[in-house]
Amino acid sequence: MEYFLGVDYPTLWYLVIGLLFSGYAILEGFDFGAGAWHLFLKKDLSRRIAINAIAPVWDANQVWLVIGGGALFAGFPVMYATMLSAMYVPFMLFLMFNVLRAVAIKFRSDEEMLWWRKTWDYVYSISSIMISFLLGVVLGNILQGFALGPNFAYKGDMFFSFLSPYAIMVGLTTLSLFMTQGAIYLLLKTEGRLHARLTFLLKKGMIFFIISFGITTLYTLVFIPEVTANFRANPLYFVVPLISFLAVANVPRLASKKRYMLALVFSSLTMAFLLVLVALQLYPTLLISTIDPKYSVTIYNAASSQKSLGIMLTIVVIGTPLLAAYFIFLYRTFNGKVKLDDTSY
Amino acid sequence: MDVEILARIQFAFTIAFHYIYPPLSIGIGLIMVLMEGLYLKTGNKEYEILTRFWIKIFALTFGIGVATGIIMEFEFGTNWAVYSRFVGDIFGSALAAEGLFAFGLESTFLGVLLFGWNRVKPWVHFVSTLGVFLGSMFSAVWIVVANSWQQTPAGFHIVGEGLMARAEVTDFWAMVFNPSSVDRIIHTWQGAILAGAFLVLSVHAYYIRKGRFVEISKKAFKIALVVATIFSLGQLVSGHSSADGVAVNQPAKLAAMEGHFEKSAPADLYLLGWVDKEKQKVTGIGIPGGLSFLVHQDFKAPITGLNSFPVEDRPSQINAVFQFYHIMIAIGMALIGLSLFACFMWWRGKLFETKWLLWIFSFAVILPQIANQVGWFAAEMGRQPWVVYGLLRTDKAFSQEVTSSHILFSLILFLVVYTILFVLFIYMVNKKIKHGPYEEAQKPVNFTTI
Repeated sequence: MEYFLGVDYPTLWYLVIGLLFSGYAILEGFDFGAGAWHLFLKKDLSRRIAINAIAPVWDANQVWLVIGGGALFAGFPVMYATMLSAMYVPFMLFLMFNVLRAVAIKFRSDEEMLWWRKTWDYVYSISSIMISFLLGVVLGNILQGFALGPNFAYKGDMFFSFLSPYAIMVGLTTLSLFMTQGAIYLLLKTEGRLHARLTFLLKKGMIFFIISFGITTLYTLVFIPEVTANFRANPLYFVVPLISFLAVANVPRLASKKRYMLALVFSSLTMAFLLVLVALQLYPTLLISTIDPKYSVTIYNAASSQKSLGIMLTIVVIGTPLLAAYFIFLYRTFNGKVKLDDTSY
Repeated sequence: MDVEILARIQFAFTIAFHYIYPPLSIGIGLIMVLMEGLYLKTGNKEYEILTRFWIKIFALTFGIGVATGIIMEFEFGTNWAVYSRFVGDIFGSALAAEGLFAFGLESTFLGVLLFGWNRVKPWVHFVSTLGVFLGSMFSAVWIVVANSWQQTPAGFHIVGEGLMARAEVTDFWAMVFNPSSVDRIIHTWQGAILAGAFLVLSVHAYYIRKGRFVEISKKAFKIALVVATIFSLGQLVSGHSSADGVAVNQPAKLAAMEGHFEKSAPADLYLLGWVDKEKQKVTGIGIPGGLSFLVHQDFKAPITGLNSFPVEDRPSQINAVFQFYHIMIAIGMALIGLSLFACFMWWRGKLFETKWLLWIFSFAVILPQIANQVGWFAAEMGRQPWVVYGLLRTDKAFSQEVTSSHILFSLILFLVVYTILFVLFIYMVNKKIKHGPYEEAQKPVNFTTI
């Protein structure tokens, strides 16, 4: 086993993937969230502004999904193959909504007809909601574990078993978190009446989040005790949920002070810490086998060869600063409130 | 139907649909770079109008390309789990490099390309256009590297057995520069550029025929014609080099492409024909010993035929491979003829008066699209029964736990959504073309305050 700074390669790669998915959740979190609120904005102009708030950046935000998926395929092929084939239906739906959403953003404002815009508004908003929900559902399933047998073969039912009550709760929590994130982002990009409306919506979003998060936490503690085993063994880990709670408590305070950028940072931190929570709960397992722990997928039996992980870590070390530079350039170019012009959707 | 067939149908359908768009993005990307470069160099407003117009169309092809491409990235895992575990160590690093180096570049600069006209300096905008174009070129590199590794695996060793077997990389650069990568990257690039160039030619030929936007269209037509001529000739060179590689690395595929059965005999080169698999005979017009000549510069040199391979190691659809391969070549030749003839007419000063030639160009947009599709079909079907040549069979590579009803469900979903997508794409492109460059470049501005 090879090490870098005392950490073995699969663990490093686990961290890289965790980072990529956090980036995806934070960045696409606000554009999915903005989409989820879309139907709550009534006027056509408000909706146009909301779409143009994300228009220049959402394609770039998708990079995190593409790289995250590639990194999972590259680093833990067994995890990638096992999870995707076992979660066939939710992933197919996720991909389909992803396509519909992309089309809706591009085509919505291309025609003046009311029915055209209304239809695409529905497609855009419902697919944003469904994507957020399905991502949470997949996460819920990962936390619960899979009926994995020898050779990582999935033995469970395939069509509807992914919709367990717990998975639905995690799905709703994810949606509420994204909606909070989305509302803050839109507050940052808008002014006037629309801004006032969003302030109201953000409050609703926070309430939605607190309720669903509370239920999910209780559910986890009561019904899925094995998930928290890592925590009981290591009480220091409890700092993480505490931090995420403090971060989320800060959001309404900052929003009422109109410090939206900072509020966005804190709601992003909440998301990141919740993912750290998941990562700590699971490590070093990736998929828990509910049949027998010896069939579980772990970062060690799922990882690519040491050689391959080493190559890819090099790729990440070279590529990440480049990507960071592109993102800074992009977000700086479109800093500030939305101004509709001849290039807008 | 069984899972393997359904999984293959779904893959073929989703990849073929996806492959309509990225080549257009690459090709239009190059033309955009040239147009915007000319605008910066000459300061001529017409080039700016053209750039803005083609960016609008590029946005459509790029958007659908990304959406359908993400599906491909995850479809390997959902439908081809055994394959994914087998190739992950190798294919994964190419895919990760694609995401980080190529897709990261193109999608971040895309925002500036589309919405940044009034926010950044002209040269910064040009750099963004260049970034998007280069990103799409790099994207093709990594994807074709991964596919080429499946055709001609190199730089790896096999670990494990049966369902748990997997290829692990031993030499990264040998894996990247496997025997067929370079030829195939160039061939793919050029095919993509032709797809874009012929779309530009088609649209502007249509304008000139209709007497609309004539002056501006002549400029665009000339740019695209130069590109089309260079790369259609280039395709001849890279196609030949690619076929030479197939002769060495994948003899069964070459034999299928020309319907050559005898174990070791001079092989003919067909212009067109029909393969009878049962009688092991090709009926058609060809040059006797032509293939031997192309490969060995000798009409009598023997070429390994299909009968040298056990039946289970031969592609099953030999006639299909033969036809697809020959359609690709025929179209390639037609594109060379068409662009050279147009250059000749340009030199004679009659290009824009020759209405029938412009008429052909208006419809020729479909030709590179067909050639790109059938070329890939020949390459992929010619590799069968292997998904990774000589190492992993297609009928052993699909997800074991997925049932045919699942794939049927997703296949129907894809059919419905992609049909809607295609209709919308055609409708939108058509609308933008009807509006024309001036209107699209200066869409009415809605500055109503909130």
